[in-house]
Amino acid sequence: MLDGFFSRALVAGIGLALTVGPLGCFIVWRRMAYFGDTMAHSALLGVALAFLFQINLMAGVFLVASLVSVALLLLQRRGALSTDALLGILSHSTLALGLVMVAFMSWVRVDLMGFLFGDILAVSRTDIALVYGGGAIILGLMAWLWKPLLAATVNEELAEAEGMAPERSRFVFMLLMALVIAIAMKIVGILLITSLLIIPAATARRFSTTPEQMAVLASLIGVVAVLGGLYGSLHFDTPSGPSIVVAALVLFLLSLFSFTRRPAGALQ
Amino acid sequence: MLKTIDRAGEPLVRLSGVGVQRTGRWLVRGVDMEIRPREIVTLIGPNGSGKSTTAKTAIGILKPQEGTVLRRSGLQIGYVPQKLSIDWTLPLTVERLMKLTGTPSASEIAEALEATGVAHLAKAEVQALSGGEFQRALLARAMVRKPDLLVLDEPVQGVDFSGEVALYELIRRIRDRTGCGILLISHDLHVVMADTDTVICLNGHVCCRGTPQNVVASPEYLKLFGARAAETLAIYRHRHDHTHLADGRVLHQDGSVTDNCHPADGHHDRAHDHGHDHSHGHTNA
Repeated sequence: MLDGFFSRALVAGIGLALTVGPLGCFIVWRRMAYFGDTMAHSALLGVALAFLFQINLMAGVFLVASLVSVALLLLQRRGALSTDALLGILSHSTLALGLVMVAFMSWVRVDLMGFLFGDILAVSRTDIALVYGGGAIILGLMAWLWKPLLAATVNEELAEAEGMAPERSRFVFMLLMALVIAIAMKIVGILLITSLLIIPAATARRFSTTPEQMAVLASLIGVVAVLGGLYGSLHFDTPSGPSIVVAALVLFLLSLFSFTRRPAGALQ
Repeated sequence: MLKTIDRAGEPLVRLSGVGVQRTGRWLVRGVDMEIRPREIVTLIGPNGSGKSTTAKTAIGILKPQEGTVLRRSGLQIGYVPQKLSIDWTLPLTVERLMKLTGTPSASEIAEALEATGVAHLAKAEVQALSGGEFQRALLARAMVRKPDLLVLDEPVQGVDFSGEVALYELIRRIRDRTGCGILLISHDLHVVMADTDTVICLNGHVCCRGTPQNVVASPEYLKLFGARAAETLAIYRHRHDHTHLADGRVLHQDGSVTDNCHPADGHHDRAHDHGHDHSHGHTNA
């Protein structure tokens, strides 16, 4: 089953879509879209540093994305600049730093397009194992963190007063985001990761009445987007990563349409 | 700094000499307060007087920079924050809101919603509720935790007058039924229910405290709340030892001016005792 490059791509893409559904919901609920984008952009700096110190690429990306999220939390606490401006600075400077460093390292050949937009058709069996292994860890921790994270999303102080330790769950959530970025980079690329998190979640909102329902639906909609995008890219000979995002966008637009006609409708 | 009180019959929470600082400025200072089971304590004061800060310090959201906060060990807290806006993207029904920080049974949820009069809204999305309905749902959520201490930060905001009366009546019934202690925050003593046992009037420090009747009659209250408050009062003679200036500083009776007012700052011969003392004329109301 995993012999053809296309079936490997399908399996990896489905695994990733299932993983990011619940995370994407929190990104939407907590208005962290730009935050996620910033962490994703810092992945290229991680790639460059991984080449420089000759460590595993995923480990490099995970470390740098985690560090950027911690740096952002610390800068936010100092309160000198607005979060928006801080994100703008970190997002683009880490991306630019990564690009500059890669250009300096003339001894390594880097497929820049592959990192920026993903190369799902090149995933190996090892990559698939990483997607499913990492996915299981992420979903397991999300299930464990669900209640405190949701309580903190509704109101941070309420969660604190009623003993839900919001600081801890936020920290673990950041690490999970970094892990997702490390895993997803090869599949949809640095520039498109957040769209795979946000668009299915936003689509799922209109068909959900509970947060849990929305998380599951976001995963399933993500799977449909991966299937649609990959078969579309095969049919029209388009790049696979962007095709998946376009498929997700089409589903989102369809959900807007169905919403106006059937307010409480279920997913077809 | 943080100890727990575990003897039965002791206060649920006790604050002694608590001060909270933010970016070098004291938000509140020298606050003594305790809340016992079945007791309703109301914090009043103008905007920025440190009411929310005091309440948040009492329940551990903020850490005091001076003084001590003692909480009974295993204290179960139910909290209704002042501002709570739920993003539209989060699908949340009233029923689901009840399970936000605990795992109440279906019958417990139904009971709490029934008690607060929003049982018919169990399946409604919280974003679709009116101000009064939302406050009732939040009250039900805090109540379903079976708290020892219920903390309500301006629970009647966005509620019309008849709704206010009904909400205070509801809060009193919760106290009567569950025996919990209640810490209530309000910016206006006129709407504070008569059932309040202790009113603490804050303005960066404890200006006065006592039963609602005593506080309404105190000149400190009069100064804080101005003419509207004065209308309800007969002329009242009282001794007071400091005046709050327009820039927020404090003029003491000994003529000195300080940035804030603190019982231990040496400018007070009697630390904010607003008991009945009719020996001095009341000035500067």
